[in-house]
Amino acid sequence: MDKPQIRPDDFEQRRAHLRTLSDEQLYELFWKYAEKTTQPLIQLAYNHTSPAIERSVLLRMGFSSLEAKVLVEKTIDHQLMGKGAGHVVFRYAKITGQSLREAGLCLMKDQGWAEVLASFGGKPC
Amino acid sequence: MLKANEKLNLHEILKDLDKYEPRRRGWVWRKPKPHLVLDGYEYRDASTSLKQSIPLPAAKNFNQIDPQPVQSITTEIASGRFEDDIRRMRMAAWHSADHIMVIRTAGQSHFDGLIEGTPQGVGGVPITRKQVRAQRKALDLIEDEVGRPINYHSYVSGVAGPDIAVMFAEEGINGAHQDPQYNVLYRNINMIRSFVDAAESKKIMAWGEILQIDGAHNANATAKEAWKVMPELMVQHAINCQFSVFSGMKKSNIALSTVPPTTAPAPDLKINLPYAVALRDFFKDYRMRAQMNTKYMESSTREATVTHVLNMMISKLTSADIQSTITPDEGRNVPWHMYNVEACDTAKQALIGMDGLLDLVTVRTDGYMKTRVRELKERAVLFFEELLATGGYFEAVEKGFFIDSGIYPERNGDGIIRKIHGGIGNDSVYERDYDYFAPVTAHFGYNNVEQYDIKAQNNPSSLINGCTFEDRKKIQFIDELDPNDNVDVRMQENAAYRNTSLIKPEVEWLADGYVVVDLTVPVDVKTAAVVGLEIGKKMNLQDVEVIHKEILHPSEATRIQIKGRVPFDINLDDLVIPEDPITLSDQEISDFVKEHPFVIVAGTVGEDEHSVGLREIIDIKHGGIEKYGIMCEYLGTSVPVAKLVDAAIELHADAILMSTIISHDDVHYKNMKKIHEYALEKGVRQQLIIIAGGTQVASDLAKKAGVDEGFGRGTKGAHVATFLVQKKKEMMKHEN
Repeated sequence: MDKPQIRPDDFEQRRAHLRTLSDEQLYELFWKYAEKTTQPLIQLAYNHTSPAIERSVLLRMGFSSLEAKVLVEKTIDHQLMGKGAGHVVFRYAKITGQSLREAGLCLMKDQGWAEVLASFGGKPC
Repeated sequence: MLKANEKLNLHEILKDLDKYEPRRRGWVWRKPKPHLVLDGYEYRDASTSLKQSIPLPAAKNFNQIDPQPVQSITTEIASGRFEDDIRRMRMAAWHSADHIMVIRTAGQSHFDGLIEGTPQGVGGVPITRKQVRAQRKALDLIEDEVGRPINYHSYVSGVAGPDIAVMFAEEGINGAHQDPQYNVLYRNINMIRSFVDAAESKKIMAWGEILQIDGAHNANATAKEAWKVMPELMVQHAINCQFSVFSGMKKSNIALSTVPPTTAPAPDLKINLPYAVALRDFFKDYRMRAQMNTKYMESSTREATVTHVLNMMISKLTSADIQSTITPDEGRNVPWHMYNVEACDTAKQALIGMDGLLDLVTVRTDGYMKTRVRELKERAVLFFEELLATGGYFEAVEKGFFIDSGIYPERNGDGIIRKIHGGIGNDSVYERDYDYFAPVTAHFGYNNVEQYDIKAQNNPSSLINGCTFEDRKKIQFIDELDPNDNVDVRMQENAAYRNTSLIKPEVEWLADGYVVVDLTVPVDVKTAAVVGLEIGKKMNLQDVEVIHKEILHPSEATRIQIKGRVPFDINLDDLVIPEDPITLSDQEISDFVKEHPFVIVAGTVGEDEHSVGLREIIDIKHGGIEKYGIMCEYLGTSVPVAKLVDAAIELHADAILMSTIISHDDVHYKNMKKIHEYALEKGVRQQLIIIAGGTQVASDLAKKAGVDEGFGRGTKGAHVATFLVQKKKEMMKHEN
């Protein structure tokens, strides 16, 4: 593990390029850096999902916390997180013509995963 | 509607919770009331007054006015039993709190999903749908009772942030802590997971109009040399603010949790004020939640209160939208009822006391302030520069940039290090495929809605006829999961004390039985602690603990506070509660005095120069007894008792009013005995009414000393006049 750096206070040398900036310029620079720091983080969030995010989607789709947990675990097991756990339930409801809740409860009982996988062009795992 | 003289019915709150719907979404600020005038005083920074409240103790001298500061006032209530916390919330609301924050039970951050039911918590409360619903429902009643909206707040963090955010948005929660850096630095949750989750949580919170408070203040509480983290604090605030804006939050719903980083004996304002100014300059578009310094909090409630007041001076000299209060007992235990109330009163008293401060003084923008403010800002900018040069936020955390106790760019090598691919929830983030889809409202990030319906792009939940955000009937309410650990079982256990005649004292839970004993023990601190415990045991207290030690002198004495539980109940049925004395109306008194002219002789007895209290009882301009037509002969101060009796004889007075303020060695009661005996000796006792008054006078002891009645603190002329009239009537009856 990297050891954190120990360094005396060299503020006076480091600040040389900031000394001439006006307060407004310093303000602009501070927020420019804040944007630059967070831009890659928000991009990462934009393109990724997580078990908690997918559970939160299922909660909003009308599942309980206990149901959402199981559905997400099974979505992970079937390597379908890239599609979205809410999407899996939505897709199965579409395939079978069931309501979302009926579809979700079937998937919880391990029914229908093969159809869902096939509909996404994947193979059962 | 709640009634002030009735306890809140918890059974009623818990009934039909599955059908409860929150009455609103989002945070509500207090309504400013510029130029508020109360009792002749004009306030500059006040808000609309409450319908019902408990004013400050001194308000009795100011017609019971209770001006409310413009800042929202926070109190943190989370004893482990949410049902008892509801009662405390009601107490706090009557003392000006309108931001009620509930701390989570230990370990909830690492719980992967929502907790359900109502299990008991440790150091906080398990935050569940049933618990928040019950508390929000109770707060609806309480806010109607006091006449001001109350904001309810908890935490959106840990590995179940988005789950909790959804539940909070559905349940009408008004404020929440959300800051992925908190997860990373203090909860060791994987940093990639934390930021990915945070964007979703923030987007959901934005939909719920939930006010966000960040977690940067924890850096101050954690760092070894707390005040040196000031440049880093600004960087942490900026990362969370900017990330929140990118996630879809409005700046007006983003609050910085800012804490004055140091405290006395350091020169508090000299360090904290420039920092507060620098921060508000950089974050002028955001809200300020002024937290108080807890880093140096010890068991002295007095010291914590002074820190709080100094911190509020900074709030007043700069700005604060929300003024936090930390209960002054937080350095010794999970907060108790009375300390929540004390902290709210401290905030109200200090903020109202400093009303209009910026009309009186100006914070300097030259000299020391200018140099110091600029220096802090430059140090923060330099921190960002090096963070970016290192490769970004994750790399900087890996290299221990954060919570280093050097004042940046100084580094002491003691920062918190977390690995990019480490911590709880590592490797739990998944890339979204091209056809990734989530048919819900307030979902952050890539969402391929057009694969189903291009027209649904801006409204993905239309594909499922609305999600729970549009149709709350879809919410699945879980009542209880654990048959042994829930609110019904707990309420059954202490049912004997709920709205019955059985009483036990309490500090946090109904009938917990705790009392505090304050002792001055005339020995050194080490011995005093042992003596304190022994005293507690001899007093028959159970589970005795020393909660505070204060050296008065290394050998002369130590102040010890102990807590312990009393092993008994009090049954109200066995007690006689004295009726409030009846005060006659002004008309009744005046009519009697008109028919029966009344003369009294008054003075302050003994070697005592106090005169204010007695003058207030007598003088017409203070509402004293003169206004009823009673003739008063005031003899002044330091009057010998004999002189009072002699004057009464000479003037054929009906009564003597003796004032006696000095109470050392019970001299006040000794003087009462003396005047009674002298009047007896002179043969006038029977026809003379003798009344004693003073701040330390108790009615029963005064009567025991021989006078007819004793009046203590808070007595008004009407009380004395009523007694005089009633006593005179009684004497007249005897004569007849």
